[in-house]
This record gives sequence, C-alpha cells and structure tokens, in this order.
Amino acid sequence: MQQPSAVSRRKFLQLSGMTGAALTIGFYFPALGKETEQFISKEMAEEMGIELTSWISIDKNGLVTILNHRSEMGQGSYQVVPQMIAEELEVNLDQVRIAFAPGHQSKFGSQITGGSSTVRGAYKRLLRTGATAREMLIEAAAKKWEVKKEECYAENGEVIHRPSGKKAGYGELVEEASKLTPPQNVILKSRRDYKIIGKPMPRQDTPLKTNGKAIFGLDKKIPGMLYAVVERNPRFHGKVKSFDDSAARKVKGVKDIFKVEMPVFAYTREGVAIVADTLWAAQQARKALKVEWDDSGFEHVDTELIFKRMHEDLKKPGLSQRTGGDFETAFEKADKKIEAIYETPYEAHAAMEPLNCIAHVTDDKCEIWGPIQAPDWIQSDVAGRLNMKPENVIVNMTFLGGGFGRKAFTDYTYEAVLISKQMKAPVQVVWSREDDMTQGPFRPGAVYSCKAGLSKDGRIVALQGKVAAQNMDHQWPGADKSSYNNSTTEGFPEPYFESIRHYSFADIPTESPIPVMWWRSVYSSTNGFAYESFIDECAVAAGKDPLDFRRGYLNERYNELINVLEEKSGWKNRKKNDGWGVAITYCFESIVGEVVKVSRNENGKIKIDKVWAVIDCGWYVNPDIIKAQVEGSIVMGLGAAITHETNFKDGKAVQTNFHNYPMPRISDIPEIEVYIMDNEEKAGGVGEPGLPPLAPALTNAIFDLTGKRIRKLPFKLDEI
Amino acid sequence: MASFNLTVNGKKYTVDADPQMPLLWVLRDILNLTGTKYGCGIAQCGACTVHMNGMPVRSCSLPVSSVKQPVVTIEGLSEDNSHPVQKAWIEEQVPQCGYCQSGQIMAAVALLKRNPNPTDKDIDAAMQGHICRCGTYTRIRKAIHKASEIMKKDTAKSLG
Repeated sequence: MQQPSAVSRRKFLQLSGMTGAALTIGFYFPALGKETEQFISKEMAEEMGIELTSWISIDKNGLVTILNHRSEMGQGSYQVVPQMIAEELEVNLDQVRIAFAPGHQSKFGSQITGGSSTVRGAYKRLLRTGATAREMLIEAAAKKWEVKKEECYAENGEVIHRPSGKKAGYGELVEEASKLTPPQNVILKSRRDYKIIGKPMPRQDTPLKTNGKAIFGLDKKIPGMLYAVVERNPRFHGKVKSFDDSAARKVKGVKDIFKVEMPVFAYTREGVAIVADTLWAAQQARKALKVEWDDSGFEHVDTELIFKRMHEDLKKPGLSQRTGGDFETAFEKADKKIEAIYETPYEAHAAMEPLNCIAHVTDDKCEIWGPIQAPDWIQSDVAGRLNMKPENVIVNMTFLGGGFGRKAFTDYTYEAVLISKQMKAPVQVVWSREDDMTQGPFRPGAVYSCKAGLSKDGRIVALQGKVAAQNMDHQWPGADKSSYNNSTTEGFPEPYFESIRHYSFADIPTESPIPVMWWRSVYSSTNGFAYESFIDECAVAAGKDPLDFRRGYLNERYNELINVLEEKSGWKNRKKNDGWGVAITYCFESIVGEVVKVSRNENGKIKIDKVWAVIDCGWYVNPDIIKAQVEGSIVMGLGAAITHETNFKDGKAVQTNFHNYPMPRISDIPEIEVYIMDNEEKAGGVGEPGLPPLAPALTNAIFDLTGKRIRKLPFKLDEI
Repeated sequence: MASFNLTVNGKKYTVDADPQMPLLWVLRDILNLTGTKYGCGIAQCGACTVHMNGMPVRSCSLPVSSVKQPVVTIEGLSEDNSHPVQKAWIEEQVPQCGYCQSGQIMAAVALLKRNPNPTDKDIDAAMQGHICRCGTYTRIRKAIHKASEIMKKDTAKSLG
C-alpha cells in the first residue's frame, strides 16, 4: 500500500502548478505575520482549493473549506468555528466543508482546547478572518466587472453588483481574490444582521456520529501501523528495575518489548512497551510480562494521609491571594460567627475514549495522529525533545471521544513518539480503560475552611476562605512555590468581594506525590462547592431566602440572571423546606446559576426532581450547543457529587474501571432546563462553567428538605 | 489461531483469529468496522454494543468463537442515516463527543423493536447499561420517544 505523504503547502502549490491544477499561492491572514511553511496532507491540499486566509479555502466550484483549528471533543468547535466564519464570509453552512487544522501556532494562534476558550478567546479574530475573505472576493468581482466595490455586496456564496444585478459565485472569483492584498480594516456585521450566528444550527458532525463514520483517535489506521500497549509503573513516579519478557515474546505477533518512558511534569514515568502487529496480540503478551518496579523514590500515600495533611495545612497562613479590609478584627467583632470545613475528592477524567496516540518518526520528520487537545503544544514539545524543526513535526487531530482536560497534555503523545522511533514504524499506543483510570494525572482533592461574621441585621461583614490542595503549577520543573501563582482560585467567590468589606482568601499548597491536572472547570469544580455551600449556610444563619440573600451582594448582571432563574424555576412559589437549593458561580468569564429541586420517593429516599440552569456567557454563537454543554456539565457535576471518586492505597489508584468508579446512568438523571441570557457582554466560556454550581445547589436543596448539611463529596443520595 | 465464519451487516466473512479474541476487536481491527467502540472491556459501559440475531450484546466480552448468529453493527443500520433512531438522534442533536453513541443507538434500536412505545421508565431500564460521559442522557430519552413517533408514522405510511 502506498504511504500517505505529506507535502508542504508551498511545495504542493508549485507541484500542482506544474500539472496545470488551477491553484495559486494564497495569502495568510496578515495579523498572523509572515507566510509560514505549513504541512498538510496531500489529499487534503488537493481538495481544498485556493487558500484565502489561514482558515478559508475555496475551490473553483465554489465549495468552501473552513478549518477548525481547535479540537472537537464534544463541545462543538467543529460547528461553532465555521459558524462564525461563515457568517462573515456570507455562505450557508451547507456550502461549507469542515476540516481539522493541523497544529500550527504561528498560523492559527493558540490551539490548546481548554479553559472554555474556543469562542471567547478567538471570536473577534475569526469574525475578521471571514470578513477579510469576503472583502477580497467583493474586490475581485468589482475589478472583474470594472465597477466600484462599494456597489457590490456578498450573499449566499456570491458577489452581487447592486445596480446591475450581476452575480458571480465565489468559485469564479477566488483565483483573482487570492492575488489581492488582504484589507487591513474590515467592518464586521452588526449583531442584528446575523443570519446564522445566534441560531441553533444543527451540528455538522452529528450525522458522522450516528452512523459510525466519525474517526476518533482509536479508529485511525495508518498503513504499516503496529500496535503497542505499555505496562507503566502503577505508582506514578517509579522506575523499572527489571523485567522478564520470555513468555510475552512467545505470543504470536509480538515484534519487540522494551523499556520506555514518558515525561509527566517534572518527573519521568517508566514502563515497558510491548509492540505487536495486532492490538490483541500486544494485550495478550502484556498479561505474560513480569516487571519488577523500583519505587524507592516515591511516597506510598493513602487517601487518608493526603486528606489529613490538607486538614493540617489549613492551620497555616498559606499564600495570600486576595485580601481587603481587616478580616480578623471584623470577624472578632461580628454578632454571629459561622465556620465550616468542606472536602472534595480526587477524580479521574474517564473520557469514554481512553488515551491513545499514533506516532510515525522517520529520520527528519515526525507525524502524529490522535485525540489531542493541544496540537500546537505537542508540536513544540516533540520538536524540542527530538531536536527537530517544529515544521517537521506534523500533529493531526482526530475527533476526540471526550477530553475534559486529560488530552490537553503531552505525556501520552511523547511516549508514542519514543516507541515509534525505536520501531522505525508507525505505532499506535493504546491505553486500556484501567491504564486510563489509574495512571492520572487526576483532579486534585481539596479541603476548605470558610469563616464568616454576620452583623445583627444578617449581613456578611467578614469572609474568609482557605483552600488546601495540591497546586498543579507546582509540578513543573523549577516551579516557584513561595508565592501565590493564580492557579487555584478560579471560581472563588470574587463577585461577592465588591460588597463585603473585610475578606481574606488564601491558597495552601499541599505536598503530595500524586500527579494532578486540570479536570473540566479545574479548581472551580471544587471551589464552587465550598463557597456556594457556605453562602447558603450564611443565608440560613441570617434567616434569609438564599436567592434573595445573594441578590444583596451581587452586581446588576448577576441580578438579571437571578431574576430569570427565579422566574423559570418557580422559586417564588416554593414552600420552605420543600427541597429547593440554588448556587451561582462564575468562571471562564461566564456566570451560571442553577436551582435543584429534590424530594423523597415512596421508599423515603432522596430523588432529584429537576434542575434549572441559566447561563450568561455574553455574546454567543449556537444556543443549542450551549444548552447541550450545560446539560452535560450538570451530569458530570452530578457524578463527582454522588457517584464516583478516586482513592489511593499504598501509592496506587484504587478505582480501576467503571465497576468501582461508577458513572451517573440515564436512570440517575432528572429533567434539565437550560436558559441563556441575551445581553451585550463579551463572549464567555461555555464548556465548563455549568459544572461548578450543580453540587452546591444539590446539597443546598437537600439541606432545605432535610436539615442535613453535606460538607463532603461524594455522598450517597440514598443514604440520607 | 482458527478460522471463523461470520455474517456481519449481511455480508459473509471468514476470519483467522485467536478463538478468545473478542468480537469487538475482530470487527474493529480485522473487518475495519470501527464504528463499534472500546470503552471498558468488561461489559460495563455499553460502547461496544452490537446486535446478534437482533439482540443487543457486548462485543468486548464475546469471544469470536461463540459468535454463531448474524451480527449487525452501527454501520449496518442503514446506508444513509435513514433508520428512525438515527433520524431521531440527528433531530434531537444527541451526540456531543459521539464516542458512546454507536452503542446507545444500537441499544435504542433493540428497545424499540421489542417495545415500540416505551415510557421514560422503560427507557431508563433499557439504557442504564450505557455510559455517556458527556451527559447526553436527557436528549437520549427525547430521541427515543421521537424515534418511536417516526416509526409509527412510517408504519402508517406503508399501510396507507
């Protein structure tokens, strides 16, 4: 079989010029600087037509290809990036083909798909890129017709000359347009003229996901590809002392067995790779492999020990991140004092598609395919480690079977690179579910201490919060651990600070050898639980309605959201102690408020009747995708609240697969209603902000119904 | 290694494989039908669900040597996404990442075959062996009701 070849875009354009294909060298979007060599697959280049900007190519038949430079892991970038560009380009989405862009930072800017940043981080640039291409096509038409470009406009993939009614399709204009200098200043459409932005356009990837055609990382096959599995040290940092592969090598299809390593933050994790011509053979050989580990440099911690350490750490002052007024004095003088401790667990990401990656390393080039959240980071990481030019490292994205932060890392890709390099062949490294669930990095567990002083009339006059948890940023080589580094504070109750005079917040980094990393909504996923539970406790102590209580501290934007949440959920008509809870959190520049209603079923067990959510993410693209993201965040938040946690024993993760890391099932899921605020605010994140309020809204509802305050996650709903 | 005769999506295949090799890996790595997914390998998540003789089975836990009846995978449901369950999935915009959806759809098809008018409770009972980490459950429920309607309309049309 012929190997798929990669050619540089420029080289390809020259080649195809020689064979008479109608292509010219396109212009890159000027804001991104000078033209850079880009590698794309030959098949893709052949089909794309002429490149007008980094994101847009148009062929002679007018078929528009728009690149999605972000990974698609379920959150909808595959739809939303083209939806934004198509709006300004004046094409319908059914005239557009969508392709994944390769990793290329100088061309696409940051491609790391995390922090709910796809829209909020790039929307103005993406709108401008669409508008720039549109203006170039209009100018090309005006030139062709020898008319003023001001007399022309674009619509539906055509340029139209208003006075004469003359029309030309984009396919006829693209060659001429590509020779023009892109205009520096383009005027963007006003929001009221949008035809597709703001509309619930059905996702272009949905049909691929209902017939098995969508290619995820694990589905990708490269001619001549071998398969590898890796037995990694179960204690994260340990080394391989020795291994006996005599039985494993007898398994038919096994090609080689050797020691391999992967970099995880500041340390190296060792394992033994088994490479075979089928995945099944590699998996069978792994069962016959015997490895002796050297764990001497690693503390064999248990969950109990880590949490004990975090509780003790709360007594330390910690690293101060935000203070105002004089908390200690105000707290001393307060009429009523409230104190509470909250605990949240470690968690695995457990995306449905376990980690996997294909690498093909040759003498001067490395090509990678896989479910990847950080293509540009992987490009520079691999280039650095292999001492190659970045342009010789080609990182191709596939669809991701979930990511949630775990696939925004470089460890699993570099391990595949090393195995391919050794084998001198393309190799796919496949993680089993057990590998994926036990190897981390995990969401860090956390312990919180909260204190508040209330005045006679029930107002918070002093508020203190402390979080003891592993600090993700302290894991990097040479990390400065002596000062506050901004990493643990997402989702802190910042919005309340404006109206509370005396407050003090601190981060106490707890030492633990467990590798930790970002997990959907990162520290907000646990911060939100502690602080929105505590605000509820304050409201109860003040004898106030919890929703009204929050109104008194939050600004107008929050109050507008509260009004909608109150109306849609029917909060006003509720009876006290009837099982209603609310929580409102802010992260990734969006506000989400959730109301949960619980009751007891006929057996006296707690059941969740319904969840109402209101999201304010400012300017937005696709309301149906936003609703889906909030629904999904609620389900994932529910899992971390009531069904699963990762524990450690003797330095190893205890939970290995879905039988002991149980996920929420369809039968656990209540009705969910989601509303979106319409306003003039700038775009905020969508993929993560819906998660943090669920747990506190739920436990606040359970308190309302039962009087029992839950301060530790996860808890079992049927044990209350 | 041994030789096995399989019928998958109406086509006959002879495959050489270890008798213990699960049907999942035969489908994915030998027949190149990658629509059926690996999720857990221990029949806990449902991502690998296919039909054997019309019944939903977990292909990750089914040795190829035990497969004696015709198999249908997601690729065999229709040529063009025209099965009522596929139509309903598209209409309700169910998938997010989409990885578990082949299994979810195969389970829903089997449910509707034996119970054309399922209640929410029936749906929960039939679908609770299927994990969706993206949390598309409320849409799955809606889509199964929608598919039930589409099937009724199709039946009415073919009778009319």
